[in-house]
Amino acid sequence: MIFSSGEILTTILLTPLVGAAVLLILPSVRADLHLRVANGFAALDLLASLTLLWRFHAAGDAPRFQFGSDHSWIPSLGVRFTLGLDGISLVMVMLTTVLGAIAIASTLRSIRQRGSHYYALMLLLQTGLLGIFLSLDLVLFYVFWELTLVAMYFLIAIWGGERRSYTAFKFLLYTLAGSVVMLLAILAIGHARDTFDVREILAHPIAQWHLEKWLFWGFFFAFAIVVPMFPFHTWMPEVQGEAPAAVSAILAALLLNAGVYGFLRFSVPMLPDAAHKYRSFMIVLSLIAIVYGALTSLMQKETKRLMAYSSFSQMGFCTLGIFSLTPLGLEGGVIEQISCGISMAALFLLAGIVYERRHTTTISELGGLASAMPKFAAIYIVMTLAALGMPLLCGFTGEFTVLRGVVAIHWGWAACALIGVVLAAASLLWLYQRVMFGSASDTTESESGGAVDLNRFELACLIPLVLLAFWIGLYPRPLFRVLDAPVKRIVEAVNPAYSREAAGESLTLRALAAPPPTSMPPSGAPAPPAGAK
Amino acid sequence: MDQLVSWQAVFEQARRDFPSIVPEVMLAVFGLAILFTDGSLNARQKSWNALTAIFGVAFSATALWLMSGVQASTFDNSILVDPFFIFFGLVFLVLTAVVILLSVRTSETEGERQGLQFALMLFAATGMLFAACGNDLVLLFVALEIMATSFYVLSGFLRDDRRSNEGPLKFAVTGIFSSAILAYGFSILYGLAGSTNLAVIAQKIAERHSQWPADSLAYVAFATIAAGILFKIAAAPFHQWVPDALEGAPAGCAAFASIGSAAAGFAVLLRLLLGVFWPLAAAWVWAIAAVAVLSLTIGTFAAITQSNIKRLLAYSSIAQIGYVLLGLVATVNKDGTVSTRGLRAAGYYLLTYSVFATGAFGIVELLRRKGMAADELDDLHGLVRRSPVAAILMLVFLLSLAGVPLTAGFVAKLMVISALVETQHSPLAIVAVLYMLPAVYFYFRMIAAMWAREPGDAMNPAIAWTQELALGAMAATTLAAGIFPEQFVRFAQSSVLRPFLH
Repeated sequence: MIFSSGEILTTILLTPLVGAAVLLILPSVRADLHLRVANGFAALDLLASLTLLWRFHAAGDAPRFQFGSDHSWIPSLGVRFTLGLDGISLVMVMLTTVLGAIAIASTLRSIRQRGSHYYALMLLLQTGLLGIFLSLDLVLFYVFWELTLVAMYFLIAIWGGERRSYTAFKFLLYTLAGSVVMLLAILAIGHARDTFDVREILAHPIAQWHLEKWLFWGFFFAFAIVVPMFPFHTWMPEVQGEAPAAVSAILAALLLNAGVYGFLRFSVPMLPDAAHKYRSFMIVLSLIAIVYGALTSLMQKETKRLMAYSSFSQMGFCTLGIFSLTPLGLEGGVIEQISCGISMAALFLLAGIVYERRHTTTISELGGLASAMPKFAAIYIVMTLAALGMPLLCGFTGEFTVLRGVVAIHWGWAACALIGVVLAAASLLWLYQRVMFGSASDTTESESGGAVDLNRFELACLIPLVLLAFWIGLYPRPLFRVLDAPVKRIVEAVNPAYSREAAGESLTLRALAAPPPTSMPPSGAPAPPAGAK
Repeated sequence: MDQLVSWQAVFEQARRDFPSIVPEVMLAVFGLAILFTDGSLNARQKSWNALTAIFGVAFSATALWLMSGVQASTFDNSILVDPFFIFFGLVFLVLTAVVILLSVRTSETEGERQGLQFALMLFAATGMLFAACGNDLVLLFVALEIMATSFYVLSGFLRDDRRSNEGPLKFAVTGIFSSAILAYGFSILYGLAGSTNLAVIAQKIAERHSQWPADSLAYVAFATIAAGILFKIAAAPFHQWVPDALEGAPAGCAAFASIGSAAAGFAVLLRLLLGVFWPLAAAWVWAIAAVAVLSLTIGTFAAITQSNIKRLLAYSSIAQIGYVLLGLVATVNKDGTVSTRGLRAAGYYLLTYSVFATGAFGIVELLRRKGMAADELDDLHGLVRRSPVAAILMLVFLLSLAGVPLTAGFVAKLMVISALVETQHSPLAIVAVLYMLPAVYFYFRMIAAMWAREPGDAMNPAIAWTQELALGAMAATTLAAGIFPEQFVRFAQSSVLRPFLH
């Protein structure tokens, strides 16, 4: 019944696309018009997605995918246009529409040429990302996946920094190398199961081991390159160093999350045996990412590169949580995704704001910003603390929940991850200190005084992110409630032994482990009778 | 007396069977008409030639359309009218029309003899149509030669351009050599069967194959014929003529010579492999697979290093042909039956590829200025500033060539790869997937040049309305076949499939 409630998802998915088409048709001289149209469509999309919030049923007995819309697309190939939403995709879609609207609004002044193309591509990118989170057909998912990568390529190649051409190519080739392998895996699934329908395959996961292991690695390359996981991360700092601020923000906050989402939606629940078997390997890669990313970020000389390594480290937490294959780990992984999205998007936007005023992102050339830009400094510190996992802010909720999930498997892994937390905190706080308090090595007093504080418009873009960071830090209960049901289903599929064993125990564990100071609430949803026993 | 009766019978038969070749006759008649009237036209009336040619194609297409659904064999079984012929015929005619529209301005700016150019295009189309409906060795050979000879002349059409003299010479010399090999293969088939009719030959080969499975003569015939036809298709290792011939030709003619030749060659190859040589399928699958992989490899790696757009497109077209051939490989199931998925994939690939590849060549033609081809990669720089329309059209064509979703090229590659997976050619599927990556690199080099570079001092390209019409229609088709592929897939499936379900 709920499954057929209208075409709300199609509307959300296609609104930015329509906006992009409108922008291309508009005459190219009216720069202000482009800006308004783009912002209008992004806002419209945000409004449409907000309606999902009170129509979504989070209870454990609600259907797995809601607001479904299912149309025939290429019947002779068995490809359908199927959209649907569960708790995980709900939070991802909300993150996309919120950050998309903010990113588009924040580029009010920084894009001076070919505005219509820029905004059209940003909207196209948003459609691609929404499509990734909403698709319930494997081929449709692939279509949006590539659409996203190609849109991102253009945004970097046209509006990037000095070395934009090279970095954009590097980005495209790296990410597409993974995706073409994934295409093969998708077609192999289609051949083995005679359907590309995600619901069908989730209901009956692939169980032939000889096929499953290949499929797992096929998906692994696509997702691990985008996340990025340890040996595949080299594209990211370079790309983040070159991309324009709003694009960096979207990349760090949403594209990387799309990779994690891929693991969460496809690799783990569709190939449960493989996920279980390769769990330790994936956890080790995640831990390397956490520690190595934090260490490298300490050595960076540029703000955006430093942030890139720091987000690489945080993405390690997301994959760590997911491949712990425990309910807490998975929930924590998703919350860490959101928190990383919020804090990293804000930090990259802030770096962009500094760049607009001082025309540099080199740390040694910045300094003493705190006295000149107090509001900027305040938001910056909140977001830095959120990123490094300070209690009361979003990062803590995510990292803490992940760690609790991981401890349940082995305490050693959690200990390794903690080293990463400390290093990441050191790196981000040191950055803050150098940028805000130290004095720039080669700038005069007048230059640093020339940095104007945030204007009202920039504040309007950033304040919502601050509020979200506090909300997730203080009252994450609604998030847990939404994530509870889908996460349980995944764990039941992939780690049945754990979910049976811990059916009674997990509740007590949660209640015990919830620390009073952060008021970490136990999951609000009444424990559904795990499966149909 | 006997003599007289048989002549009467011949006339009677010709009268009865004539309607089946009306499309070809139309093209030939209009081509001759252009040749005859061209001399009496003054300089301002020269564009009437193009109009006449378009009318010829339109009449021919109408005749072809009226035949759709017909299943007949005429002229003593030497001509087969079937959905396969209608499908390929329409592809050829659309291609011809588009090339004519693209070439109108070129011949004006270059001051070459337009009449001859358009007449040759129609003659080439005549040959291509006969190649698609021919069921007789002699007819097939003559048809392919009519086409090839027209292409030799067309590719050397710009007599003042040095490159336009060297390339076509290579093309003609190697082309004639390959035709000789083809003729040799045909003669072996005739020797085996005692007939030039494909149906008879197919029967004989099947009989011989069931008696002596290791019948070396049939394999020799296959090898020589395949070499001759693969030359027309421009598959590696028979591809050397492509870049040179295409570089010197005006881009419209270049597109026609490479894509038209490939499509016609493919029609013949399909008929022969799935008809005459079907008993040998277990063997030819490997040969075709090897040629496909070689084409992919050579085409891809040669395209990476090119700095001339036409040469780049030429080498990349070799790689694209590799994908069509992979589709052909996927027509053979493991158990030796015909796979509908493979045939349909090859058909769809060829149909859409001939649209978007021609489009890409057409855009290169737009950059041409008086006496200068402007076909280096640098000439694309900042095209989006100089001519947004051309840049957006080219973007569509290149994305499709690279196989990016929502374009026809993606669906085509998807179909080929999934057909390979279905028929359990996993290593080939992996190869097909991996070669998509370097293709992205060299097509995106062009896209980056157009969209992310500052324009130099190059002039703004001027687009004639005929070119705008042709290119716009091709871009729309490319997108339509990518976003709503179902109708196109069905069209390819219903037409290409039917004759070959054994």
